[in-house]
Amino acid sequence: MLARRNPQLNAHGELIHLLSIEGLPRAILTQILDTAGTFLSVNDRDVKKVPLLRGKSVFNLFFENSTRTRTTFEIAAKRLSADVINLDIAKSSASKGESLLDTIANLSAMHADMFVVRHSESGAPYLIARHCAPHVHVVNAGDGRHAHPTQGLLDMYTIRHFKKSFNELTVAIVGDIVHSRVARSDIHALTTLGVPEIRAVGPKTLVPGDLREMGVRVCHDMREGVKDADVIIMLRLQNERMSGAMLPSAGEYFKSFGLTEDLLALARPDAIVMHPGPINRGVEIDSRVADGSHGVILPQVTFGIAVRMAVMSILAGNDA
Amino acid sequence: MTSLALDAEQLYAELRAGVGRLLTPDTVLVGIWSGGAWLAQRLNADLKTDRPVGTISSTLHRDDFGERGLGAVEAATELPFEIDGARILLIDDVLASGRTIRAVVNELFDYGRPASVELAVMVDRGGRELPVAPVFASAKLTLPNHQRLSLVRESDGRFTFAVKETT
Repeated sequence: MLARRNPQLNAHGELIHLLSIEGLPRAILTQILDTAGTFLSVNDRDVKKVPLLRGKSVFNLFFENSTRTRTTFEIAAKRLSADVINLDIAKSSASKGESLLDTIANLSAMHADMFVVRHSESGAPYLIARHCAPHVHVVNAGDGRHAHPTQGLLDMYTIRHFKKSFNELTVAIVGDIVHSRVARSDIHALTTLGVPEIRAVGPKTLVPGDLREMGVRVCHDMREGVKDADVIIMLRLQNERMSGAMLPSAGEYFKSFGLTEDLLALARPDAIVMHPGPINRGVEIDSRVADGSHGVILPQVTFGIAVRMAVMSILAGNDA
Repeated sequence: MTSLALDAEQLYAELRAGVGRLLTPDTVLVGIWSGGAWLAQRLNADLKTDRPVGTISSTLHRDDFGERGLGAVEAATELPFEIDGARILLIDDVLASGRTIRAVVNELFDYGRPASVELAVMVDRGGRELPVAPVFASAKLTLPNHQRLSLVRESDGRFTFAVKETT
């Protein structure tokens, strides 16, 4: 059977769209992380800008709200000297009944070079990548429950920064795994980069047993889940899940799966605690842990800009 | 790849003498990644400047990014001193079109406003496409356009030259 080419790669195996971490070879993930290291130093310059995307137009298409992700993409594109156009599509075209592909065709006519897409429907960035002009690159900034590849990559950058390598680590991902595109991207990236033990930790309603098919160890007990972990990735508990009878209450959840100092003491002494933000203090994470010496939540934000600069500049340098 | 009848160690000795004459008490050496960076490190030690040495990369300011993509990412600029008001002597192994120099001068100015920037190279192979001139070159020679000359640092730290045929 002929394998269909990964739509993210050109015929030379170079990255032309970033849609999902699933299916990307380790060499490309490593190239992105190494490149991000170079861009991190741009923050230390008097002039925090390099001209790699000068004259290019990056359109941020956010069909679903996200101030933080959109802002970090905007900063990354601006530090690469691109012109950035933010479209709050949730409030405009879509509500007037325009189809996604018509919106894309219109924006392409405005000479876009790159689309950064956030959409509540899984797969929307794939549809855009399939239908946009050959010179246009698409970055998935989160689609439905499917993928959030730049978050996954910035999490990998953070882990490599603090732990140096991946091949002896135990990583626990805690919370609402089943609805989380971050968890899915993290699991694919950790697997590709050779992490030997990945744990999915949370209640049965949010961490079903069939996650084992992704090669993770499923834990419904928090103490077992964080024991001897090198890295603990806490996920935001989405409030909308509370009302859906998947969870009793925020207080109950915190008692069972909130990360407290006592639980953190079960992990490795040099464990790091990560969170994609925004954090719900007292729901999934105790303030003392979030602000404590193991927390690396703010470095994640800084690394996120460098990782997004790396992704955009690698894409812009590769032809379809 | 073939070796060329160019004695890199001899040319290095001439560069060391030339750079030694150019040094003022406040000159700092900045090597252009990668060959120039090796040269600047060795010059800085041999000439006992007791100042830190810098490394600079053209990657983020190259003018052929559109055709060649991002390329080597291990090339990071490190300038462990104040750039504002500094007297900088750029060091490179081979000078040809001058485009790398244009890019690294832009890179340098992202860090501050130096008092002066000069350039010393081991080999000036001609073929300039921009108004760039070194204050010192150990050798001037002419090579066919399809040959790429680059410095190699052997495992014992000694220098040789390599010539690559480009298509």
